[in-house]
Amino acid sequence: MTNSIINSIIHIFLAIAMPPLLLGVIGKTKAAFAGRVGAPFLQPYYDILRLLHKGSVFSTTTSWVFRAGPIVAMATTAVAALLIPFGAHPSPISFDGDMILYAYLFALGRFFTMAAALDTGSSFEGMGSAREATYSCLAEPTLFFALITLSRLSGSYNLSGMLVNINFSVWMHTSAALLLLVGGMFIVLLAENCRIPFDDPNTHLELTMIHEVMVLDHSGPAFAIIQYAAALKLFVLGAFFVHLALPYSSGNPLLDWGLFIISMLELALVIGIVESVMARLRLIRIPQLLVAATILAAFSTLLVIR
Amino acid sequence: MHSFLQGAFDPALVALLAALVIGCAGIPGLFLQKPGPGQILSTVATMLAALAGVPSALMLLFSHTTTTWSLEWGLPFGPCELVIDPLSAFFLLPVFLVSAAGSLFAVGYWPAAEHRATERGLTFFYGLLASSMAILLMARNGVFFIMVWEVMALSAYFLLVTEHEREEVRRAGIVYLIATHTGTAALFVYFSLLAAQTGSFMLPAAGSLSALSPYASVLVLAAFIGFGAKAGIMPLHVWLPSAHANAPSHVSAVMSGVMLKMGLYGIFRTLTFFHDPPLLWGAVLTVCGITSALLGIAFAVAQRDLKRLLACSSIENIGIITTGLGVALLGVSSHNTPLVYLGMAGALLHILNHSFFKPLLFLGSGAIIHATGTREMNLMGGLGKGMPRTALLFMVGSVAICGIPPLNGFVSEFLLYFGFFSQLKANSLLYLVFLAPLLALVGGLAVIAFTKLYSSVFLGTSRSSAAAHPHEAGVSMLAPMAFFALLCLLIGVVPQLALSLVSPAIATFYPALASSTVSAEYGAILGKLSLAGVLLLTAAVVVTLLWRWRLGRAPVSSAPTWGCGYQRGTARMQYGGTAFSELAVSVFNGIMRQRVERPLLTGLFPCVARCSDVPTETLLERIIVPLFSLAGVSFAFLRRMQHGLMHVYMMYIFATLFILMLWAN
Repeated sequence: MTNSIINSIIHIFLAIAMPPLLLGVIGKTKAAFAGRVGAPFLQPYYDILRLLHKGSVFSTTTSWVFRAGPIVAMATTAVAALLIPFGAHPSPISFDGDMILYAYLFALGRFFTMAAALDTGSSFEGMGSAREATYSCLAEPTLFFALITLSRLSGSYNLSGMLVNINFSVWMHTSAALLLLVGGMFIVLLAENCRIPFDDPNTHLELTMIHEVMVLDHSGPAFAIIQYAAALKLFVLGAFFVHLALPYSSGNPLLDWGLFIISMLELALVIGIVESVMARLRLIRIPQLLVAATILAAFSTLLVIR
Repeated sequence: MHSFLQGAFDPALVALLAALVIGCAGIPGLFLQKPGPGQILSTVATMLAALAGVPSALMLLFSHTTTTWSLEWGLPFGPCELVIDPLSAFFLLPVFLVSAAGSLFAVGYWPAAEHRATERGLTFFYGLLASSMAILLMARNGVFFIMVWEVMALSAYFLLVTEHEREEVRRAGIVYLIATHTGTAALFVYFSLLAAQTGSFMLPAAGSLSALSPYASVLVLAAFIGFGAKAGIMPLHVWLPSAHANAPSHVSAVMSGVMLKMGLYGIFRTLTFFHDPPLLWGAVLTVCGITSALLGIAFAVAQRDLKRLLACSSIENIGIITTGLGVALLGVSSHNTPLVYLGMAGALLHILNHSFFKPLLFLGSGAIIHATGTREMNLMGGLGKGMPRTALLFMVGSVAICGIPPLNGFVSEFLLYFGFFSQLKANSLLYLVFLAPLLALVGGLAVIAFTKLYSSVFLGTSRSSAAAHPHEAGVSMLAPMAFFALLCLLIGVVPQLALSLVSPAIATFYPALASSTVSAEYGAILGKLSLAGVLLLTAAVVVTLLWRWRLGRAPVSSAPTWGCGYQRGTARMQYGGTAFSELAVSVFNGIMRQRVERPLLTGLFPCVARCSDVPTETLLERIIVPLFSLAGVSFAFLRRMQHGLMHVYMMYIFATLFILMLWAN
């Protein structure tokens, strides 16, 4: 009992404290590839703190929907963070069917983020939300195929049961299916978090952006909330992916937390490398890549349920 | 067997009386000279009747009782039997709720003072439609069922053609009339075959027919065509978008929220007759259901007409319900109790949910049309500022219909997903699980369709002068919408409550469930879901408070939207609805189709030209219309019989009577 309370406290602490660090690691990796020193690891934290102290500008076109966007995005990601297990530890909230809630929470966040962007009446933000709507719709089936495969492998209907179950012996027996799944889910991870090759968070041209262009008009504390929610989303989806790709577990509770933190940092490193060696895809290629991810995940499902 | 005297305080009798009162509510208005009092009287009567009808339907549902009345009506089809069992009582709930809410809405939306010519007929047929649907749920004599069915179909037709001076409305009316009578023809086959099987026109008792007899499949096919045409299951949906788009909005709310469900009720009722249905039936229903869901929402994404989009999304929701029913039927065939429960609970709860959020959205669209005078989404924009209450309520409906937590649409989809996943451990019917990614795709497309709808109507700035100065809807229009929005939130946050509503109705479908514990098991899971919903709302409140606190500490100013350096942005430069869905339409090209209409440009200085994207209806335009034109040409010789000569018509009638007499002897 006390153990589970301590684990929940560590879980919540990590979910609050660690997400921006991933962005710092990605930034540092990209800087290293480019031969620069780069911003400090903690730069994203400084940015968010700075934004929290700034004043706000609201467009005269906007209504309450614009203000609801960041709030809902943050609240849904926070609840999703409580559903996903970190490393070998089960999540604080777990019940049968929670994977469906997990998938749909992001839909709620997306609905309000897109509505907030469209509330400004800016054509650029409209473009961004149209892209976000289409791409995330294409990414949705992939996540469900992954959930089916995992549910079949573990015989469990909740995220903790499905994800904690994955270990090296499961990998040994179903390596083909899991390999396909890792491929599919990595594509979804990059797409959902608007990383290269889908979107360039650092681009300077509004015309080509997806996520960053949707939040162009948010400023000050609202923008801080959005930045933090985006980091948390990367963290939450990353935690899901890390279970598939790096299923380390030592048996020692404390060591498991350490392993989880290390694997998350490894993930950030990999994302940084991908961003350094790849260019953004042409917009027209993005749906094709997303469909490829769906096919990978669908084949992994076929392999485990035949 | 109840007699009328014994059952004076019987909930079933109250429900029946309520149905009759609603049916008569429009009659006094027909005879009153002054416009106005008739409409008010009808609204008050309808609302009082619903106030009595809803609790009695709930009592009947929870008491698991079946009430039967038998009337000797002297027709050669056996006695006219009226029965209310839990399944009927469950379907009565949306009939009463939606018809009362729509009736109140009409006072503000279609006031008698402004619509003198049409209001009387509209009010009368509206009551008749609601009443016939309630009686239909009680009818257990096949012939009486068809009579009530026709009253329902025809009163819906008269409601639909209220604005018959518009060509588009007349066309929608004709398509509807042909579609509904094609369905009725299938129902004639269905009831005749049923009577041939059982020896009477009374509907058979639950589980009394064998599914193995050669007639059974023909019977079910006829029922599926007849009832499916009314429900709008693909490919029998062709009438639906134009009919729902062209009716007055409160009528659309009743047609979409309740009348479609009468078709589903017919399918549900038919399936209860059989024991041990073959797997094929469930498979056909499931495939038709998921196809309707996917194609319906894909069509919705491409629409530019506000109400057409909502109508296409009705096809989607009916598809989701049919999928659930198909899954439940597969469960019955394979004796899998949890699967039956999850499929049925998902389907029935989605019926209830759809009858809350769809009327909310249709009534909302009525308020929008009332304020702007157009249904074209590309001409609207920025209405949220002029009509903030409608905007808020419409947002609730949009989120609910996308099946997003913490509102009611999510709960029924959750049960269905759980049903799909539940077969992974069981090792039978494994392939059901492939429905889950498809339903996820449906959900994703629904988000595109409804962000498109909401943003092009309420957000940004207005795109035309018509929508520039909207006025907020009156109390009589807002109150019904607020009522439905509250119900959406209530079921979303306390889903266990809704599950206890559907459980008795499921027991009618599959009696083995009455003694099973699955209901309590899934109730507990929904309890967790409700906690998660509360957690979500709490998280939203906490984030809001934190933000408020930071906002108070730094200057807040307002400025125009950031134009990326461009200084003279206009409302026309906003992303419109068609632009928003353009990318999705191009990705799903082939499923969604748009025709681009543009004039041929010639010469060096072409004059002003317009280019527009028109969503096409492939099935209707390419197959059905040519087919019916062909039929029209080949049966042209029959027109010679229809010449308007009264004495020849009388001869036809006498000849028919004579033949009937010969046949009866």
